[in-house]
Amino acid sequence: MLAGLTVGAALGVVIVRDLIRALVLLITSFLGVAGLYITLSADFVAVAQVLIYAGAISILLIFAIMLTPRAGRDNAETFLQIPGLLLAGLVAFTIAFVSLETDWSIAERGGFEETASAIGEALLDKYVLPFEMASVLLLVAMLGAIVLVRPEGTPEE
Amino acid sequence: MSVELEHYLVVGALLFGIGLYLALAKRNFVGVLMGVELMFNAVNLTFVAFSRFVESEQPLSGHVFVIFVITVAAAEAAVALALAVLVYRNRETIDMDRINLLKW
Amino acid sequence: MSAFLAAWYDLRDLGHYVSSLLDWLQDDLGAPDWVTYVVSGLLGILGIFLWLGISALAFIWIERRVVGRMQARIGPNRVGPRGLLQPFADLLKLLMKEQITSRNTDRPLFWLAPIVIFVPAMVGFATIPFGQGMFLTDLNVGVLFFIAIGSINAVAVFMAGWSSNNKFALLGAMRAVAMLISYELIQVLALLAVVVFAGSMQMGAVVAWQMDHEAWLLFLQPLALVSFIIAAAVEINRSPMDISEAESEIVAGYHTEYSGIKFAWFYTAEYFAGFAVSAIVVTLFLGGWTAWGLEEWVPGWLLFLSKLYLVFFLFIWTRGTLPRLRIDQLMAFAWKFLLPLALLNVVVAGGEVLAWREGDISDSVALPVIAAANVALAAILIVGWGTFMGHLRPERRAKRAVLTQELGAVYYSQPERPAEGT
Repeated sequence: MLAGLTVGAALGVVIVRDLIRALVLLITSFLGVAGLYITLSADFVAVAQVLIYAGAISILLIFAIMLTPRAGRDNAETFLQIPGLLLAGLVAFTIAFVSLETDWSIAERGGFEETASAIGEALLDKYVLPFEMASVLLLVAMLGAIVLVRPEGTPEE
Repeated sequence: MSVELEHYLVVGALLFGIGLYLALAKRNFVGVLMGVELMFNAVNLTFVAFSRFVESEQPLSGHVFVIFVITVAAAEAAVALALAVLVYRNRETIDMDRINLLKW
Repeated sequence: MSAFLAAWYDLRDLGHYVSSLLDWLQDDLGAPDWVTYVVSGLLGILGIFLWLGISALAFIWIERRVVGRMQARIGPNRVGPRGLLQPFADLLKLLMKEQITSRNTDRPLFWLAPIVIFVPAMVGFATIPFGQGMFLTDLNVGVLFFIAIGSINAVAVFMAGWSSNNKFALLGAMRAVAMLISYELIQVLALLAVVVFAGSMQMGAVVAWQMDHEAWLLFLQPLALVSFIIAAAVEINRSPMDISEAESEIVAGYHTEYSGIKFAWFYTAEYFAGFAVSAIVVTLFLGGWTAWGLEEWVPGWLLFLSKLYLVFFLFIWTRGTLPRLRIDQLMAFAWKFLLPLALLNVVVAGGEVLAWREGDISDSVALPVIAAANVALAAILIVGWGTFMGHLRPERRAKRAVLTQELGAVYYSQPERPAEGT
């Protein structure tokens, strides 16, 4: 049911004629994915998803829509509609087909107990290098975004 | 019926396909970005599904990877939207059909 | 039924009424498992909703009278004895008002926004322990869960402002969203310091830590408490930061176009969110339902409720006392003052906990030292950073009023008047 909500909201993003409504449907889709994470007993990832995706990235998208006022907000498609549809359908079909046909080695583990502390330990133990690089990446992205949209010219002091 | 790995993978594949369509065929830059974020979500979902169901010696590495993907997606969304604002400033439009300076 | 009647007067754990009801359902009626699960959930939700409704009604009256007294006036006293029926009058008025929907509004979003802003306020109560074992669900990531659904507030505010098809509403909504996302960060950092001390994100675990160590986190993390209260006051759009809905601001901010029941939703959601935030403060900083052993005799939920009402009174107090902040003052305060302080607090807290665990110092020695060090650090940081940022310069400090006439009124010293008759 959650999966139906998520995929339905994603389809809605494609179909609706208004960009803001598409954004709201995208947020619904994010929340649906968070619900799916909870059914997969991934509690920390679910909460992080809501906090970052539905809470922050959506607001970034909102601001982007606000800062481009005269752009087309009708959520129309470009001329690549049919090729895009074909390619997307092909990719989705291929992935689904492969995943249904492969014989995965399913573990008997059942759900997880508490993921947050284990993730934290893994982050600082085995994955510390990607962790540090991710922090540097975030810093660079933040600075880059600020530098990119600074107003032209420096004040004459 | 019990929910199994295949269900989550199919949902992930569908989301990925929809995201791909959005990224390829939307005229608005923010629409394209929405498609990219959907693709990220689909990939994260498959990672978490694998981490939950599949035999492995480090079962939580899927979750760790998902945290990294979320982080990188956030950074990339910020920079992409800064670029969108810049493009709008310079060209007065963010219509993907008209931003085609590299076309021969 | 006998188990029910044997200890019905034991009010300390209201959960056993529910559990005896569920046992009766399961044993005597033979209902399947999912029925008991669903019934317990529904009873919990119903109980929380009823309690919230009654508290909100009571506090509408309390707030208006208290703020009135603080402003040297009486407050509403016409409706009913001492104005006690004022909340009902308000509710009736809002319900009977005409709901005006402008022509070009985005209908689905317009209708959805009040509901979406109501949800985070209610859902946050699911993880809060009202007493020993009295919570709807003890999530493993309870602390982060609360902040995550608080971030949905920002989306709902934007939806309300955008769908009003009103430039001023949109402007108010964008300012409110900027405010909300800035203070979300400070909330996370403040609660992170709490989690560092307690070692777990479960709310029940934090309360248990406070109970085991006989110390409220209020004393161990004063800076985190102050930052969290300020950030939470901003998140629930409450004075002194109620820019988005104050009477003298841009019309009424993001809920300009809302009237009737939809406005009642916004108003109620603000009260419920205020209770939710107070509940979080009480659970994480003030010891939840414990009070150094007093919970043996007094029911835990009674202690919890009294502490919650005290914290909410603190919010009412600041509303009556402090003037409203401008949006640029708010943003500067968040990014330049609170954020560095919260970051430093997290670093210091981590260092302290590390020294405590690694050095194997006993609790009775470590905790007072940490508390004293943190309080001193908080005072030094606030004053020092404020001086460094220039907040405490003489021209920025509040001036004392000067009594110039003995009429019982206070005037600031007046400049020299020009001569009469010119």
